[in-house]
Amino acid sequence: MLNATLSELSAALAEKRISSVELARLFLGRIERLNAELNAFITVDASLALAQAHRADRDRAAGKAGPLTGIPLAHKDIFCTKGLRTTCGSRMLENFVSPYDAHVIERFEAAGSVLLGKTNMDEFAMGSSNETSYFGPVRNPWDRTLVPGGSSGGTAVAVAARMAPAGTGTDTGGSIRQPAALTGICGLKPTYGVVSRYGMIAFASSLDQGGPMAKCAQDLALLMNAMAGFDARDSTSLERPQEDYGRELGRSLAGLRIGLPNEYAGEGIEPGVRRAVDEAVRWFEAQGAKTVPVELPNTALAVPVYYVLAPAEASSNLSRFDGVRYGHRAKDYADLAEMYSRTRAEGFGAEVKRRILVGTYVLSHGYYDAYYLQAQKLRRLIAQDFAAAFRSCDVILGPTTPTTAFPIGAKIDDPVQMYLNDIFTIPAPLAGLPGLSIPCGFDDKGLPVGLQLTGGYFSEAQLLGIAHRYQQATDWHLRVPTEAPL
Amino acid sequence: MSLSPDQIERLARLARIALGPGEEVAVVGRLNRVLGLIDQMRAVDTTGIEPMSHPVDVVQRQRPDCVTETDQHELFQAAAPAVEAGLYLVPRVLE
Amino acid sequence: MSWEIVVGIETHAQLRTQSKIFSGAATAFGAAPNSQACAVDIALPGVLPVLNRAAVEHAVRFGLTIGATLSRRSVFARKNYFYPDLPKGYQISQYELPIVQGGSLTIHANGASKTIRVTRAHLEEDAGKSLHEDFHGMSGIDLNRAGTALLEIVTEPDLRGAKEAVAYARALHALVTWIEICDGNMQEGSFRCDANVSVRRAADQPLGTRCEIKNLNSFRFMERAIEYEAQRQIGLLEGGGTVIQETRLYDPERDETRPMRTKEDAQDYRYFPDPDLLPLVLSESEIESIRATLPELPEARRARFIAAYRLSEYDAAALTASKATADYFERTVAGIGGKQGAAQEHAKLATNWVTVDLAAKLNSDDLAIELSPVAPERLAKLLSRILDQTLSNKMAKEVFDAMWAGEGEPDAIIDRKGLRQISDAAAIEKLVDEVLAANARQVEDYRAGKQKAFNSLVGQVMKATGGRANPAQVNELLRRKLG
Repeated sequence: MLNATLSELSAALAEKRISSVELARLFLGRIERLNAELNAFITVDASLALAQAHRADRDRAAGKAGPLTGIPLAHKDIFCTKGLRTTCGSRMLENFVSPYDAHVIERFEAAGSVLLGKTNMDEFAMGSSNETSYFGPVRNPWDRTLVPGGSSGGTAVAVAARMAPAGTGTDTGGSIRQPAALTGICGLKPTYGVVSRYGMIAFASSLDQGGPMAKCAQDLALLMNAMAGFDARDSTSLERPQEDYGRELGRSLAGLRIGLPNEYAGEGIEPGVRRAVDEAVRWFEAQGAKTVPVELPNTALAVPVYYVLAPAEASSNLSRFDGVRYGHRAKDYADLAEMYSRTRAEGFGAEVKRRILVGTYVLSHGYYDAYYLQAQKLRRLIAQDFAAAFRSCDVILGPTTPTTAFPIGAKIDDPVQMYLNDIFTIPAPLAGLPGLSIPCGFDDKGLPVGLQLTGGYFSEAQLLGIAHRYQQATDWHLRVPTEAPL
Repeated sequence: MSLSPDQIERLARLARIALGPGEEVAVVGRLNRVLGLIDQMRAVDTTGIEPMSHPVDVVQRQRPDCVTETDQHELFQAAAPAVEAGLYLVPRVLE
Repeated sequence: MSWEIVVGIETHAQLRTQSKIFSGAATAFGAAPNSQACAVDIALPGVLPVLNRAAVEHAVRFGLTIGATLSRRSVFARKNYFYPDLPKGYQISQYELPIVQGGSLTIHANGASKTIRVTRAHLEEDAGKSLHEDFHGMSGIDLNRAGTALLEIVTEPDLRGAKEAVAYARALHALVTWIEICDGNMQEGSFRCDANVSVRRAADQPLGTRCEIKNLNSFRFMERAIEYEAQRQIGLLEGGGTVIQETRLYDPERDETRPMRTKEDAQDYRYFPDPDLLPLVLSESEIESIRATLPELPEARRARFIAAYRLSEYDAAALTASKATADYFERTVAGIGGKQGAAQEHAKLATNWVTVDLAAKLNSDDLAIELSPVAPERLAKLLSRILDQTLSNKMAKEVFDAMWAGEGEPDAIIDRKGLRQISDAAAIEKLVDEVLAANARQVEDYRAGKQKAFNSLVGQVMKATGGRANPAQVNELLRRKLG
């Protein structure tokens, strides 16, 4: 059961081979065994999970069961949950209990799923290694000395180590796809506006997007069916008819045009990553897909553009954490100014402070045009590159990350090296496009490699269909991490 | 472009983040590496390009003018560091 | 040497909406602290703003009214600064692309009309309030007002002196209440002005350094504050000093302005487009449908009053000081009804009553005309009794007092008080004959040229009827009889 997909679990529940309560206990037990070492969860409330599981069992008995009824899930601790603390990986919110539920949480509750716990993350989603969490680093179950990626590293590890069958993450510059790649699971960043941001603590509002993380593409589709959809409380939520994200799971790959950007094949990509990705591309060709070279000439600018725009928005988004209405407040201060500056100095970690300072700088008088406005213009060029590329291809394929998982501590003192790990995941959110990472093999060290599929706007179902075909023929996604055996 | 400790201090003041003694020197090195990275984009000619604020080209939705919220201040203030008589308390605000 | 005083005004008009500009919390004044501050208003983590349609419509109404350019696409920006009454650490406002650009307002001051150019008007949210009474050395924060919709209306420096500035503020106040986008309640802070004041030697010289005066919550304070500030600047300059650009507060107790406590840093608001809000787009059809709901505007109504009712400029201005006054007046005229072609006569009578008698009562009871205990329809009935000679003007005032006191319909009061005027010619003649017979001495005096004696005779007749005789008829009869 621990290794089962959501559809398999759903079937087992429907056929009464297991109850929701038993299933919840199974995963809670696994969490209890592994979490102390892996640190994937910040908060686990077994009694709450079991209460929800009981309700799911009752609903099922009453004939009111959907595909996710009774399915336990792990939610990133960036989604506000009423009555269960929401920390966002920060000391600032160490004891914050939200008085309301995020839209995504409401959706999953309505679907009958069970909340196993809240997962660890880089503080305020700022990081690519899960080392910036106030609650300590998350460890990669393929090698516990390595990072799992970030910022949604907690959910990635929870799923990879089979502490939860699936969960949620958020992606601003790669925070779903990169940890999915580094832990050997699947993660989808939807088109901007498809999943409501209401109740998802903001990092960079014009980039943030919640999405599912699971073992296979089919599971991602099931989760998307629950979490995507219009929400009037988010002005950027798109009013579109409800989709079935599983509708293309049976599609053929014949005639599929796969774009291969030169820019995604440059130096800096580890040989093991390159080999696994090339092999996947050859598999697609063998299924009748055509590969076409495409150009994304502004790719190199994406990282600098992102590190202007995201900190700028973050510097403003994080101003509300001032110690007045909730969250941390410093103990000692002489006056109001000192209360603010000490509260924020104590409540935020080094990376968050660094990004606030960068963001403050690029928006400040005299620098706005040179940095912020320039970055917004380049953002358009990057989006236009994609639009041009999608005229000759249906999907863009490449590595999710240039390297596999790296050691804890290796990059934490060098922010720029850390940022460059996101070079392939940053462009899609700048353009607002959906991106999917799926496992496509292992490097020489036995570490998982992620294959990234980027599609046009609202192409999630198509991306999931393509990935599903691949996963019917390969078993990379079913491999259990060596340091978290079943 | 690299920032001096003085400039860092000014930014920290604007952002209301206290830097400990000598901390701006430690911050300055890492911050300047980040600025070095983002400076790469400054040289690109972007004449005539419309800035992009939002990834999707849609317009602001408007909601009807209806009161939908009820008084929940007790629930909300349960999370507040200091409250009295329904008010949030802060160190003396001077005009 | 004379100085020219140059003023520009920034007004924050709270828009009349049920809910806040970006949340569904109520906006009623005077609620218990923080009881109208919802999750969005207190900026809980994860909450997001959604724009209130009514706020947009109000801004469009204003723009149409002043002949402004309405931006077909406007943008909300964040103005970043820390203050405990600003929960998000930024105010959502409009910066580079405001919804209303340009336009103008006509004011009437110092016996002349003048056009004041409006630079822009933009939508923004209000902040909360800091209560400074002592909570063990702390301040209390009430966020009920946070997120209330504001329209900030900014003029060019077109105003010359305190009187013009006040005339503008009054005209703007009349306008925003007229088009019903703001309740205009200055005590509650619904209409707040800041004045930018500078002085210069001559009109062709460049503008002097300006100071912004905040906290002008009445027209009277505005006039005094501008006068004080201009004199302060003139004094400085004439003494060889210079004016420093700064923000000052007006202290009505001491009748002076003084600098606001300077902040440590020069403000750097780091404006940027709010990524949580999308561009606000106005379509032609939306604009036209809002235009169709606009009432007749003050300037047009004033012109119509002059043309249709032959009112003087002065009376027309007084009657169009507010929409409620103009409506009251027209309802009174309409209520009088009666014969065709008499509209001007009716209007003249209604004008006198509305601008003199009613105004005096409203003033002494400190009531707005909308709250007058005498409805225009009732006043019209009273005026009809003057026109049909049932009442003299003097008697009408007595009836009016009774109506004001809540004694009911004028006809019932007239009957109850026996105030019906005696206009029966035979009855009056009989009385006059009696008075003449009984007062031979005054008759003689009159004939000897003493005008006072005539007045005494009129008085005797009136006295005999308890003041009910028609004075015009009494006069006429007496003159005839006395030859």
